[in-house]
Amino acid sequence: MRHIISLLLENEPGALCRVAGLFSARGYNIESLSVAPTEDPTVSRMTLVTNGSEAIVEQITKQLNKLVDVVRLLDLTEGRHVDREMMLIKLKAAGPQREEIKRLSDIFRGRVLDVTNTSYIIELTGTADKLDAFIEALDKKSILEVVRSGSLAVARGEKSLRL
Amino acid sequence: MKKLSGAEILLQFLKDEGVEYIFGYPGGAVLHIYDELYKQTELKHILVRHEQGATHMADGYARVTGKPGVVLVTSGPGATNAVTGIATAHMDSIPMVVITGQVPTHAIGSDAFQEVDCIGITRPCVKHNFLVKDVNELAVTLKKAFYVATSGRPGPVVVDIPKDVTRPDLKIPYQYPATVTMRSYNPVTRGHAGQIRKALDLILSAKRPMIYTGGGVILDNASEELREFTRLLGYPITNTLMGLGAYPGTDKQFVGMLGMHGTYEANMAMHECDVLIGIGVRFDDRVVGDVKKFCPDAKIVHIDIDPSSIAKTVKVHVPIVGPVGSVLREMIGMLKESNHHPDADAVDAWWKLINEWRAIDCLKYEWSDERIKPQYVVQKLYEVTGGDAYVTSDVGQHQMWAAQYYPFDKPRRWVNSGGLGTMGFGLPAALGVQFAYPDATVACVTGEGSIVMCIQELSTAKQYNLPVKVINLNNRYLGMVRQWQEFMYEKRESHSYLDSLPDFARLTESFGHVGMTIEKPSDVEGALKEAFALKDRLVFMDFITDPTENVFPMMMSGKGHNEMLLSELCKNRELA
Repeated sequence: MRHIISLLLENEPGALCRVAGLFSARGYNIESLSVAPTEDPTVSRMTLVTNGSEAIVEQITKQLNKLVDVVRLLDLTEGRHVDREMMLIKLKAAGPQREEIKRLSDIFRGRVLDVTNTSYIIELTGTADKLDAFIEALDKKSILEVVRSGSLAVARGEKSLRL
Repeated sequence: MKKLSGAEILLQFLKDEGVEYIFGYPGGAVLHIYDELYKQTELKHILVRHEQGATHMADGYARVTGKPGVVLVTSGPGATNAVTGIATAHMDSIPMVVITGQVPTHAIGSDAFQEVDCIGITRPCVKHNFLVKDVNELAVTLKKAFYVATSGRPGPVVVDIPKDVTRPDLKIPYQYPATVTMRSYNPVTRGHAGQIRKALDLILSAKRPMIYTGGGVILDNASEELREFTRLLGYPITNTLMGLGAYPGTDKQFVGMLGMHGTYEANMAMHECDVLIGIGVRFDDRVVGDVKKFCPDAKIVHIDIDPSSIAKTVKVHVPIVGPVGSVLREMIGMLKESNHHPDADAVDAWWKLINEWRAIDCLKYEWSDERIKPQYVVQKLYEVTGGDAYVTSDVGQHQMWAAQYYPFDKPRRWVNSGGLGTMGFGLPAALGVQFAYPDATVACVTGEGSIVMCIQELSTAKQYNLPVKVINLNNRYLGMVRQWQEFMYEKRESHSYLDSLPDFARLTESFGHVGMTIEKPSDVEGALKEAFALKDRLVFMDFITDPTENVFPMMMSGKGHNEMLLSELCKNRELA
């Protein structure tokens, strides 16, 4: 099953390597990983999407908790949460395709960020599923580049991952 | 406040921390530190012959004292040579602080002379590591290193210090940081009371209970608690390879080691038990065998300080996360107050069954007048040392024989690389033990394959007059490899025969020690007595042993505890 794990990490050099290294050393999957500083400059917030059996995910959270640089950890999948990912996608858009791509982008509530005679860059935000669906709906030959942020997620309500 | 340079801070800190020995080897990146070492006498620096030796010495010292071992090596090859010893300590949860020199901060990342990414290389085999880029961070980082290494589930910590951080001309105020808090690191200090109660109910309901304990009991100095707990219950107990000595090996409730080369009675009892009480163990693959066949009828209680050890390989019914000593103390208190008692009739019947398995006498081996049996050497070693020596071992058949035929009655007496299985560990570890206890009897049981992997440390032993006794079970084979080839590869002895071995006695003599070669079974006891009588000399006893001998019982991989291979002598008996 897919799990979204949120971490607060000490903002130390090498902290990211410890997390990534743990996954490669123990053969766990990483579907996506995003990390950036927070309002508190001493910690970074990481959102990690992984999948595996319940036993494996239990081990993943335990092993992550064991890392000295991990300050807090929450498996968001255990509760209600909001999950968003951003994608920038560069498409070949010439001739009759142009209108069709624009229409499709509108349906998915995408925004066109850059336009040339032959291309679009579209920004799209949503769950990973929604981004997948958009890519699926496109003509594969029209895709020039796909840049995805990986999932960002946060628990609903007052439940928070803080220091 | 005193103003000190980085090198002075390092040494002053180690003194303030109560460190006695530093096991090290100099080099460019640590020269400022070595210059300060030269100017003082309080800290004893032990000059090794190879950085791997330094780590194993510190490790051996830590295993028998419980205090963290301290290592000092230079950058680049100094650090990489130390990696095997760091990984060895990591697998067995041994507290150790390894200080590695690094190229100056401005040169990091430039592929400078003797530069390696020490933090990157050691990351997967340390509990934690630190790079100190600012001398102002040095003291507090060192404190964190010692705190992390020694608390919770212990382990090695590397502190990588660039050369400019220790430079003599930059002095800053120093004060010993007596305590340190880390918001991201808070090991548990006691078990959950509800879980403990639940576990005890299950333990007291057992008809066929089994206590299975490991290195965690020794690391937490909880042997006394384990003894009281086990005696109160009257249940059978087995120890893992890492846990030997936590419960007296000669006690009647002790059924021997379990696992791949465990006793028949220990493994059978594991297979048949209905409640398994795992204490300070990690359900290692050499203990468990095939997970699907493991303890098929048992409800499992697991006490360990590391939550990630719990349910890692085997499903557990009552997990308790906490220091084993504290949890056992609480359990003992509850047991004494409780109106519930073990089911005496059921446990009696259980012991009857276990004693039938015991009667198989699975460690029996064939006697020979011609060839020295390795098991016999270990038995005689036990007799000659009164069962009271510190015994280190290398890795292979001799390690298993030492574990099987030398019953340890005290914790921290048996020192071996159980997790990583590092050949070359035994001799330097023995030297570390002898530094910790200069008057103690220290024996290193080794083989001709393992001993040459760190034999250069005989030179260190000479320099510091360490009277370790080396028992070399020389069968001219990488015996455990040959054994597996015999059982699993139709006796194709691929590269397991060691040709062109040195004359070990003469080799040892060239290092300035006493060497002996023993070829006849009738000479074994006399040689051991003679060697151990030489209290102030290192004696290397090269026992030429039977090359065909195998370690039994053996639980082959993929097998269950009830599917052991027994020696020919035992096979002929009808098994219970």
